Amino acid sequence: MTLLVANGLRKAFGGVEAVIDVGFAVAPGEVVALIGPNGAGKSTCFNMLNGQLAPDRGTIELGGKNIAGLPPRAIARLGVGRTFQITATFASMRVRENVQAALQSFADKSYGLWRAADTLCREEAQALLARVGMADQAERQCGTLAYGDLKRVELAVALAGKPRLLLMDEPTAGMAPAERLALMSLTASLARRDKIGVLFTEHDMDTVFAHADRILVLDRGRLIAEGSPAAVRNDPTVRRVYLGAGTMYGEAT
Amino acid sequence: MSEIFADILIQFLNGLAGASSLFLVAAGLSLIFGVTRIVNFAHGALFMLGLYLAWSLIDLFGRSTLLGFWGGVLAAALCVGAIGAAIEVFVLRRIYKAPELFQLLATFALVLIIKDAVLYFWGAEELLGPRAPGLRGAVEIFGRRLPEYDLLLIVAGPLVLCLLWLLLHRTRYGMFVRAATQDREMLAALGTNERHLFTSVFFLGAFLAGLGGALQIPREPAQLSLDLAVISDAFVVVVVGGMGSIGGAFLAALLIAQAKALCIALGDVAMFGTIVSFSKLTLVVEFAIMAAVLVLRPWGLLGKPLALARGGSAHASPLDPPGQLFWPTSLFVLMLLAFAPLGGDRYLLVLMGDIAVFALFAVALHFLMGPGGLVSFGHAAYFGLGSYAAALAFLRLDLPAEAALLAAPLAGGLAALLFGWFCVRLSGVYLAMLTLAFAQIAWSVVFQWNDATGGSNGLIGLWPAGWLKDRTLYFWATLALCAAGIFFLWRTVHAPFGLALRAARDQPMRAEAVGIDTRRVQWLAFALSGAFAGLAGGLFAFAKGSISPDTLGVARSVDGLAMVLLGGVHTLTGPVLGAAVFTWLQDEIARNTQYWRAILGLAILALVLAFPYGLGGALKRLRGAS
Ligand SMILES: Nc1ncnc2c1ncn2[C@@H]1O[C@H](COP(=O)(O)OP(=O)(O)O)[C@@H](O)[C@H]1O
Ligand SMILES: [Mg+2]
Repeated sequence: MTLLVANGLRKAFGGVEAVIDVGFAVAPGEVVALIGPNGAGKSTCFNMLNGQLAPDRGTIELGGKNIAGLPPRAIARLGVGRTFQITATFASMRVRENVQAALQSFADKSYGLWRAADTLCREEAQALLARVGMADQAERQCGTLAYGDLKRVELAVALAGKPRLLLMDEPTAGMAPAERLALMSLTASLARRDKIGVLFTEHDMDTVFAHADRILVLDRGRLIAEGSPAAVRNDPTVRRVYLGAGTMYGEAT
Repeated sequence: MSEIFADILIQFLNGLAGASSLFLVAAGLSLIFGVTRIVNFAHGALFMLGLYLAWSLIDLFGRSTLLGFWGGVLAAALCVGAIGAAIEVFVLRRIYKAPELFQLLATFALVLIIKDAVLYFWGAEELLGPRAPGLRGAVEIFGRRLPEYDLLLIVAGPLVLCLLWLLLHRTRYGMFVRAATQDREMLAALGTNERHLFTSVFFLGAFLAGLGGALQIPREPAQLSLDLAVISDAFVVVVVGGMGSIGGAFLAALLIAQAKALCIALGDVAMFGTIVSFSKLTLVVEFAIMAAVLVLRPWGLLGKPLALARGGSAHASPLDPPGQLFWPTSLFVLMLLAFAPLGGDRYLLVLMGDIAVFALFAVALHFLMGPGGLVSFGHAAYFGLGSYAAALAFLRLDLPAEAALLAAPLAGGLAALLFGWFCVRLSGVYLAMLTLAFAQIAWSVVFQWNDATGGSNGLIGLWPAGWLKDRTLYFWATLALCAAGIFFLWRTVHAPFGLALRAARDQPMRAEAVGIDTRRVQWLAFALSGAFAGLAGGLFAFAKGSISPDTLGVARSVDGLAMVLLGGVHTLTGPVLGAAVFTWLQDEIARNTQYWRAILGLAILALVLAFPYGLGGALKRLRGAS
């Protein structure tokens, strides 16, 4: 059974049509890449999927339930985790507390006024941080972390809700190449092990071809190609768009 | 029917006249904010200064000549402009990079200093100004009389609007001002001298405030309470019109002045079988307009969304759970405090009681400002409503003081629920101004509702019977309740709720994405903070035996802010320290001089310039360094 089915999604900002009639599906445990040049509408798609933006038209079904237009917090609770293109962490808190805040929220404990938050969900938070390789930095303040580390904290936070679907907007931007591959293979293995569907955007084609089961290509708001890495790689339209945009397509082949 | 029509028309013209001064002040405030991003709390004080200066200068130049009067008005406005420029050069320029809140504190300090300067030079008596020569009469409209001077004011507002528009859109200087308001980087690219621009904008903004004040001279007496009354009106106008928008300020001033005028014109009207007194609804109307505008257009009628940090969490460091020694040490300090007044020193007993009450008030305010990142300029509302609720339960319902005290947190909490619902929809300065406006409305209701609240006289005879009659026992009860309140709020900061609250402050988008309902969390924080501020107010009422509308006046809100900011926003114990130092200092200075405000203001200014992170922050840094 499919996990996520989006159909006929549209979003315009003023006169700019950012996303036009986009539809796709993601199955549990499947790692799907959404690629396209800058301004193609990738982040806008993500924002509609997680409720940050309400689509002008179209449906988004998660496990058979239409979630289009629900607020982000409701969608998060239905099992959609996400990371942001520009990392969004709680800067004043320690790394561990970032994850704890998320865990406590999902455990419906956020309105607790009395018990100390410090000990609540602490082991779970440590375990999540260990999974993304941040266990040894758990006590550092988030505001002082390097960019790559922040991305990993975000991943741990996104995993805190035990998501069925994980949306990752440029999860490896600003990372060194080795780090990129490591983070994405970690994500892919988690996805396959826990049957999490992953939708991610990425500019680095090596990473995309190494980890994606399927690729969606977006250009100026429209889905122009979709299929296995091999199929997309040889798609003439995709080649044209990417060569036209002067991006690093060649070296991946 | 034509009677009503004539009434409405005359009030409409009155409204136009009233809108002009309001517009001048609000335009200056908006201009300064747009360019420097400083919310000038002293803008009302500058208005007041304009009024007083005009009074003296007109006297000097000759009351009865045209030149004397108008020369005086203009000279007063220019003086105020010069004072504004001086403030920018000597104070604000040094703290543009400090956290937003400290800039605010500095402008609060200026309010205090200007107030005492006025008191020193002009005395505490109201001063009635001269009428404008040549405009002393009144014109007759439909059998009603309208002062000629009002006609002039009606023209003055739109005229200044046009001049400002020309200045901003048709001159090179105006281009820089607009660039600074809309796009900082563009300003840098234009290569202008920012220092000169900032100073001159302060001059212009202060000049407008001074002119607004000076023009009022034939209409209203110069008095010392104008500074805060005017600033809160100006805040409402700016919030409704949109921060940084001159046209918006004009529209909003017009709208609000007209709505108020209409209410006065309607007076008592029989409706639905009862008499509705519209003239008493003037404040509710202001509130309704503001609420409607904020719900429909959160950035004001003509404003644009501003990317502003809420409480500035960039400076926040992690709030770690208290160490092992923290609670034992606190308990020990509490014991010491409990025994301190046993010597029978009545003065010490009163002072310590005040400190306990204000410590709770400051901690409640800090709960909202620090972890919540929601800056409240009007927290005295909850404190004062708590006082009044307890007092009314005691006097009108004949409840014993112990039971009446329960009404205090209830009233504070409920009021915070109501006001907070609107407030959490906004952020940054908009939120701060809205809290102030609500507080001002609460104050006015208490002030005007003679039958229930005793109006300006307040309520007296709040002496508890039974064991609480004993002042030492009452002090202990106060100390215990305040300590319990502070303990509870501190626990809450460290509880999951506190973590969620900090999450919503640091990164609302991320907080929502992990399932936190940020608005609801902040709303609840408002209610909690209001409830404890209310409790402090209730305790205060029975400690003093009487209360007046001052209990919820702007001055008290300012006190609370000063305590929190003095102590440091990003430390937990800071507000307690700040409350103690502030209360003691205020008391100490007030006993020795009439000009305690100015001394306090100067002290705050010195502290802000020396420790832009508060006392608590400075201690923390010291400890960190050693
Ligand atoms: N909040 C917004 N307001 C106006 N236009 C926007 C907004 N967000 C995105 N856009 C526009 O929509 C288009 C798609 O943007 P985006 O989804 O961020 O692309 P991508 O993530 O693929 O780089 C761009 O033209 C962008 O300028
Ligand atoms: Mg993007």
